[in-house]
Amino acid sequence: MSSPDIQKSRWQRFTDNDIVYSFVTTPSAMVAALIAFIAIAAAFAAPLIAPYDPFDPAQISLWDGKMPPAWVEGGSPAYVLGTDNQGRDMLSTILYGGRISIVVGITAVFLGMLLGVTLGVISGYFGGMVDTVIMRMADVQLTIPGILVAILINGIGRAALPLELREDFAIYVVIVAIGLTDWPQFARVARGATLVEAEKEYVQSARVIGLPGWIIMIRHILPNTMRPILVIATIGLALAIIAEATLSFLGQGIPPTTPSLGTLIRVGNEYLFSGLWWITFFPAISLVILVFAVNLLGDWMRDALNPKLR
Amino acid sequence: MKVTQPMFFFIFRRLAQSVLVMAVVSAISFSLFNFVGDPVNNMVGQDATREQRLEIREQLGLDDPVLTQYTRFIGNVLRGDFGISYRIKRPVSTLILERLPATLELVFVSAIIALIVGIGLGVYTGIRRHSWISRSVMAVSLIGVSLPTFIIGIALIYLFAVHLRWLPSSGRSGVLELGGWKTSLLSLEGWRAIVLPAITLSLFQLTMILRLVRAEMLEVMRSDYIKFARARGLSDRAIHFVHALRNTLVPVITVIGLNIGGLIAYSVITETVFQWPGTGLMFIQAVDFVDVPIMAAYLIFVALLFVVINLIVDILYFVVDPRIRLGGT
Repeated sequence: MSSPDIQKSRWQRFTDNDIVYSFVTTPSAMVAALIAFIAIAAAFAAPLIAPYDPFDPAQISLWDGKMPPAWVEGGSPAYVLGTDNQGRDMLSTILYGGRISIVVGITAVFLGMLLGVTLGVISGYFGGMVDTVIMRMADVQLTIPGILVAILINGIGRAALPLELREDFAIYVVIVAIGLTDWPQFARVARGATLVEAEKEYVQSARVIGLPGWIIMIRHILPNTMRPILVIATIGLALAIIAEATLSFLGQGIPPTTPSLGTLIRVGNEYLFSGLWWITFFPAISLVILVFAVNLLGDWMRDALNPKLR
Repeated sequence: MKVTQPMFFFIFRRLAQSVLVMAVVSAISFSLFNFVGDPVNNMVGQDATREQRLEIREQLGLDDPVLTQYTRFIGNVLRGDFGISYRIKRPVSTLILERLPATLELVFVSAIIALIVGIGLGVYTGIRRHSWISRSVMAVSLIGVSLPTFIIGIALIYLFAVHLRWLPSSGRSGVLELGGWKTSLLSLEGWRAIVLPAITLSLFQLTMILRLVRAEMLEVMRSDYIKFARARGLSDRAIHFVHALRNTLVPVITVIGLNIGGLIAYSVITETVFQWPGTGLMFIQAVDFVDVPIMAAYLIFVALLFVVINLIVDILYFVVDPRIRLGGT
């Protein structure tokens, strides 16, 4: 592993990596990564590639409302996936909505990761009372299903805000609610990895030369806990996107003025009975594909990063 | 080798933990009343005079020390008094009791569906793991895990209520009063209404049970005693159902215990999709209107439910699996 590597270029060393090898030999992982990449790229490029700006009232005409997709009778090629009740182009709203869903999901997971890993490493490094208190908290929270915790925290957060601020801050409340729901998983894994690392010689010697605890934790232990954390983060991203969509669908999440995929499904659901299926269907199928791709990626990563399964 | 823990000590520790959890949750619920909105405003409205406000403050004891208020809150909760709903102006405990039968019946029917179909398919896919039926069941179950509950609900509504018009899309109907318990399970109309929400709610747990039973089956079928049973010339049916299934059920039972709690949690979503008049829908509406007494009561109700379920599962584990008696927490 060590000496022949020196002659190789950076790129060759990168492609020799076992994870990269597992990736290029697992078709489902490549397809999933491709879909996830396209979805994320499309969402972030929404202002550039979307045919219309759904938030610009000048581009919306109520006359064009409730138009079916282009290939259905009555549809127009101007609106490929049809329009919603307000005359907004479905394709554009989905691109913009997907962006909000993905941003909320990633930020929420990042928040949960930051909190969980910090507490987990501290817990594993110090042990004793600190460990007991932190892990007991994690245990208690894990006994209640995550989505319920998210609904409860989100509900409390919304209720604590004054009425006039509730819409503007809804997105932050959702991010915090999902982030606070996620932390115990990260804390458990980070703690486990820390316990293993703390026993190793390099940490012992770092202690001997008198490095302060926080430097050992951040510079030496933290990088070695990252592999399992990455797996939890990917699977967590799928769960976070579902959680956001669920909150928004329940009317507790992102408001209809800046809709996420969940909000779009909620709005469209009201028109399902009148046969306007496309207002619900396209956001729903986009959400499902996005979540499925991220899930597949997480599954592959769990297998690839776990040496026991190889 | 660690020393054997006596059962009494084990249960006592778990009980102490549960009490601690409930103390924390009740403190959170209690703080809701103070941090979320102004209770006086909620009771008398914006136009009340200063004297009226002071009178209400006096009545509610809002000027007492926080600890006194907290102990009074705990005392009321223990007597089943959760205060009066801000929005509906009726006692919260009555509202919950009225709504509970709807939720419990939905959870009950879902649990039955998840159990029967989940165990059945789990056993089948575990025994005939290479047949095309097993493969398609596993593929569908993978999709089932990735689909959010509310999308499954919407899809079922669209297919069976809007498109085929076989079943009602929402609400609970055919309700009969049976000794104070309002049931919808005694009429055809009631069953027609409960089918879609129950399937929606059960699907996630069903896939979990299916995968668990299948994994356990695969493991058990490889074990020596199954080979031995075959060598003894027992019929397939006897091996599968008497010898194999029985041993897979130990982990399944504990998972099911925890999952019933999960069903009640997810019923919040299912009840909203189908406008099912249970406690979950009541909670979501309470959050919409910042109806703090209902939110606080629901929080305590859910926490209590999970604490009790966890306690029972832990004790069951202790009884069923002797290894746990050796050390550990």
